[in-house]
Amino acid sequence: MLNVLWAGMIVLSVLCALATGRIADLSVALLEGAATAVELTMSLLGSMCAWLGFLKIAEKSGLTGLFASALGPVIGRLFPEYQEDGEIQGKICMNLSANFLGLGNAATPLGLAAMEAMAAKNPGDAPTKGMILFVVINTASIQLLPVNMAAMRASCGSAEPFGILPQIWITSCAALLTCVAFCKLAERRRIN
Amino acid sequence: MAQVGAAAMPVIVGAIVLFGFVKGVDVFDTFLEGAKEGLATSARLLPTLIGLIVAVTLVRASGLLELVCSLARPLAEVVGISPEVLPLALLRPISGSGASAYTLSLMERFGPDSETGKIASVLASSTETTFYAVAVYFGARGYKRLRYTVPAALLGDATAVVLAVLTVKLL
Repeated sequence: MLNVLWAGMIVLSVLCALATGRIADLSVALLEGAATAVELTMSLLGSMCAWLGFLKIAEKSGLTGLFASALGPVIGRLFPEYQEDGEIQGKICMNLSANFLGLGNAATPLGLAAMEAMAAKNPGDAPTKGMILFVVINTASIQLLPVNMAAMRASCGSAEPFGILPQIWITSCAALLTCVAFCKLAERRRIN
Repeated sequence: MAQVGAAAMPVIVGAIVLFGFVKGVDVFDTFLEGAKEGLATSARLLPTLIGLIVAVTLVRASGLLELVCSLARPLAEVVGISPEVLPLALLRPISGSGASAYTLSLMERFGPDSETGKIASVLASSTETTFYAVAVYFGARGYKRLRYTVPAALLGDATAVVLAVLTVKLL
């Protein structure tokens, strides 16, 4: 799937640029894109190391365990295959909480840690149901207070930067529920 | 409310370290142990990000995005939304920074409290960057068959587009 998407994006872009005479811009864009990725990794490296460090402390002290058992009923229902696995449950909880609190730069490292833990238990070459659901939840958004958006609206002179909160909550919850429901249906039908 | 958001991260970090210290964990050594893993994870992530960001940059620089949007323009007119929102709907799943920049430009042009400004705000903050999340989480492990991941995620994105328009128009 990602193969088709990726190839399509690149080939169609080149064709489009050839047709519109923007091919010179494209060679600049290509190198720029690669450089941006390196910059992003460098800026992510710091928060990645810091958050995985704090995660380790939270795990060793038993804090994530406490957390996972508090959220146990929800996590257990969503990820029944990891019901017995406190470590994986803890990592999933930490990622979901970081997302919920809008800590984007913490959510990625914590999510990767959860994926690593799930992958370590998965001998196959295809992701498990739990891994797919986890990634899909991470493509949706479950944010309590969209602070960045409010700041952006305020900077544009909005009279009520948080005025769109109900709309965001309804929209993001509906989107999340839709894709979780789709995953649960697909799990049952064993789509490959 | 903005202060609450800004306070969350330091408060959480403080609580984690305090709890660990009270429980007798060697907090600094443990931190280093975890941080070391971050180095390996980041290094594994870099090739994925290069592939991903190059593709997204090409799509934007080649005018492909504008082309797709102009094809979809009649659809926007039927639904009764400003056609300028369309690029955002297409950009949101593939590029987070691109979507933010575009949302900002929409709000500057139409005003943040206009219907278009509101739809853009809701749409931009109601989903994550699908393409990024899928590539980063699966790319680091090198899984090839993603089964129903992409359809499920895109269904969520499509739901967000419909509801962003509906909630802003109706509420």
